[in-house]
Amino acid sequence: MSDTQILESAVVRFAGDSGDGMQLTGSQFTSSTALAGSDLSTFPDFPAEIRAPVGTTFGVSAFQINFGARAIKTVGDQPDVLVAMNPAALKVNIDFLRKGGTLVVDTGTFTKRNLAKAGYESNPLEGDGLEDFQVIELDISRMTQEAVKPFGLSNKDGLRSKNMWTLGLMLWMFSRSRKPIADWLENKFAKLPNIAAANVAALNAGHAFGETAELSSSVKRYQIGAAPVESGLYRTVTGAQAISWGLVKGGELAGLKIMLGSYPITPASPILHTLSSLKELGVITFQAEDEIAAVCAALGAAYGGALGITSSSGPGIALKGEAMGLAISTELPLVIVNSQRGGPSTGLPTKTEQSDLYQAIYGRNGDAPMPVLATRSPADCFDTAIEACRLAVKYMTPVMLLTDGFIGNAAEPWKLPDLDSYADFKVNFKAGPDEEGFNPYARDAKTLARNWAIPGTKGCEHRIGGIEKDYDTGHISYDADNHQKMTDVRADKISGIADDIADQIIEQGTANSPLAVVGWGSTFGPISEAVKIARSEGIDVAHVQIRHLFPFPANLGAMLGGFKHIVVPEMNKGQLKTVLRDVYLVDAEPLNKVSGMPFKIEEILDVIRARAGAEAAA
Amino acid sequence: MNEIIPEKKLTIKDFTSDQEVRWCPGCGDYAILKCMQRTLPELGATKENTVFVSGIGCSSRFPYYMDTYGFHTIHGRAPAVATGLKITNPELDVWMITGDGDGLSIGGNHMLHVLRRNVDINILLFNNKIYGLTKGQYSPTSEPGMKTPSTPMGSIDPALNPISFALGSGARFVARTVDTAQKHMPGVFAAAKNFKGAAFVEILQNCLVYNDDAWSDLTEKSVVKDRQLLLEHGAPMIYGKEGDKGIIFNPKTMHLEAVTIGENGVTEADILVHDSGNLMMARMICEVGFGDGMPVAMGVLYDNPADVSYDIAVNDQVAAVANSGVTLKDIMHRGQTWTV
Ligand code: SF4
Repeated sequence: MSDTQILESAVVRFAGDSGDGMQLTGSQFTSSTALAGSDLSTFPDFPAEIRAPVGTTFGVSAFQINFGARAIKTVGDQPDVLVAMNPAALKVNIDFLRKGGTLVVDTGTFTKRNLAKAGYESNPLEGDGLEDFQVIELDISRMTQEAVKPFGLSNKDGLRSKNMWTLGLMLWMFSRSRKPIADWLENKFAKLPNIAAANVAALNAGHAFGETAELSSSVKRYQIGAAPVESGLYRTVTGAQAISWGLVKGGELAGLKIMLGSYPITPASPILHTLSSLKELGVITFQAEDEIAAVCAALGAAYGGALGITSSSGPGIALKGEAMGLAISTELPLVIVNSQRGGPSTGLPTKTEQSDLYQAIYGRNGDAPMPVLATRSPADCFDTAIEACRLAVKYMTPVMLLTDGFIGNAAEPWKLPDLDSYADFKVNFKAGPDEEGFNPYARDAKTLARNWAIPGTKGCEHRIGGIEKDYDTGHISYDADNHQKMTDVRADKISGIADDIADQIIEQGTANSPLAVVGWGSTFGPISEAVKIARSEGIDVAHVQIRHLFPFPANLGAMLGGFKHIVVPEMNKGQLKTVLRDVYLVDAEPLNKVSGMPFKIEEILDVIRARAGAEAAA
Repeated sequence: MNEIIPEKKLTIKDFTSDQEVRWCPGCGDYAILKCMQRTLPELGATKENTVFVSGIGCSSRFPYYMDTYGFHTIHGRAPAVATGLKITNPELDVWMITGDGDGLSIGGNHMLHVLRRNVDINILLFNNKIYGLTKGQYSPTSEPGMKTPSTPMGSIDPALNPISFALGSGARFVARTVDTAQKHMPGVFAAAKNFKGAAFVEILQNCLVYNDDAWSDLTEKSVVKDRQLLLEHGAPMIYGKEGDKGIIFNPKTMHLEAVTIGENGVTEADILVHDSGNLMMARMICEVGFGDGMPVAMGVLYDNPADVSYDIAVNDQVAAVANSGVTLKDIMHRGQTWTV
């Protein structure tokens, strides 16, 4: 045990064939790590193909986790440990591994055939090329088969437990408990006790191997403690879960039942799945025949007095454009969730990007303003979803809620919020006509939101639609001046929201910092860490992360005007940068990346250092 | 203090909105609108629980003229909007108004699925075999050869039979009527309204501006009796000015045939008896009458309700588990949690 090294944080990447169960291995390692109290962030990185041919590079699935005894905000720039279950996994992932990092490989899969499938001409374990790493070669396949032998499984079934053997070893390596995983296995395979027992045996065998190997000190052991966090009850949460729960909470706070209309699409489907599993809470979900029907059904539900929700990804959002226009024209509340992915067109369905900001703000025919919000992390999805619901019902408007594939699938520990602490925003439907009758387009003087009466309400019978409405009566109108007036009031209503949202805050640094890094969405983690490091190096840099992207918070203009330099890192070709320049005439400088991978801390830090250096030299 | 006023009986006036009707004078839509305004009070409908949802096109202006709830949506998507509305509030009496372009071209996919799912709404498809609002292009129900601004050499598209499409999509109620058939139409509306599920009604409608007389070969007074077969469940399929013509099924050719009673040894006993619960019969009878010298079937062709409509089934699933006392907090605390 003397050899156990104490680390502040570590990054582990599990990589294998799609069929090797790497996502499962990663998520179980995550559970165990969370239970040990470390802070963490995860990144499932899986291929677009469901079951690509076994052993090929395009069938490689990976799961990365960054965990530490300190606050963790990114998935880690470079893995310290890479587990490669086959040659293809090694080939695809070896470049990520930190120099000096540990590589664990299953030599049992390094057959001629698999090497050829991965495109290796010779066995990389035999030649040069891996000398920068500490390579641990283990025949995991054989050792797994031995471990599960007593259970009489077929060769193929036995090998399925390879991931548990590997997990056992990693749990030993990072001094994590096996118990929650053994419990989970027994629960998962409750109906197949033999399979459960085989998996637990494999898990134990991997762990035991670590202990034995330790004696020969070929494998090192690490200790990563608990992160200093606020006390409370915690769980891990993915963005898709948190957004779904936030929407449910939003519905509760509005006093409305929620109805999701959705169509399967990567990477948004987990939201459809999560909400579909919440029927106990009265949630209605409708898997529509297409994206257009999905949003239209949600709008029909809104017309009927529910909180309509639709969830999709960029290509699906494009199809919903016309119906969003109808929601804007009829001024009905609707929440549209976009789990962004690489584009254009089908693009990179399983890779992350934040390139739908223009689409969100501008992507409809006509002058069609709609509030746009973005989530910054899995846990942040909860509050941001509630905020989207609040704006939708208070202002009678569709709201676009941007998240992305990374946030949706990534997990982080979350201190469970006190659900009673949220202020409600109950909707008051019109219960009947006023003296002069019912006018659906009579507006609240302050919010400019229109009257909402739902079918079934006596005396409020009315017709709405996509044709322009008369400002005073709500009847259809083709009058030129009236269209000007209506276009103006729709715009004023949305821009007025700026005064009803939280002021923009500065995450780190001050309003007087000469340089500000301004981000939105899932760049929050890497920007936050990069700025922290820069500040520890003595660079005066500020971090601003914008949640409300349309309209911007009322104080944002003045705040940005105070910085000398503004750098905007984005996983697109510079969309927020353009919007900031347009709205505030500020010299926002783009920092762009569209590789389908989140920013590395280093990539942002380099730019901060360069700007600070230039400043010092000037 | 509120006085208790006895509910007065609603009339056509109560269902007529104050909006000026803007169809071309003489358009078949007027007759359908009047019939609806007249029939709804007779069927005991209330204004507040009645909703008309439409897409885009001449017919889709219909909701503006009914003094009920109404939603004029976007092109082709009315079935989806109506589905969302009906799921949210199954108590509502939801009517959908569409046309041959709106319902079968741009909205064909949604039409298929609203029928397949059997959502409890009443779908009225005004079939004038033309695009009216966009000024006269051919539609999916236009006959091949039709010359229009977009088909100067004649359309080469085969025409779609809306009822055949509906039955193929899984509709469990289909009916057909004609805009001018003011006596026939109320009965069809009543049957559609009473049907628990998606009720599909094709209304042959005249567009006098772009496709005048499109149906006159079967709606002209002089030919009505010979060209229309008025179906009634349990009654023999007899038609004709003299009441001596009928439909038989020829098992050798697997075709329906028009016959004259008293000729070639045909007796009334040979004539098919309409069974509105028989899918095969509906599939066959909906196809005849278009260029084959036979009459076009009118009335309720098929009426075979399922145990439960889609909107009810959706809510039943929720209701089955919704009162278990589980809260959002319980859900969020499920799985592994830890205390720091
Ligand atoms: S164009 Fe034809 S269908 Fe449209 S309103 Fe005029 S007559 Fe009626």
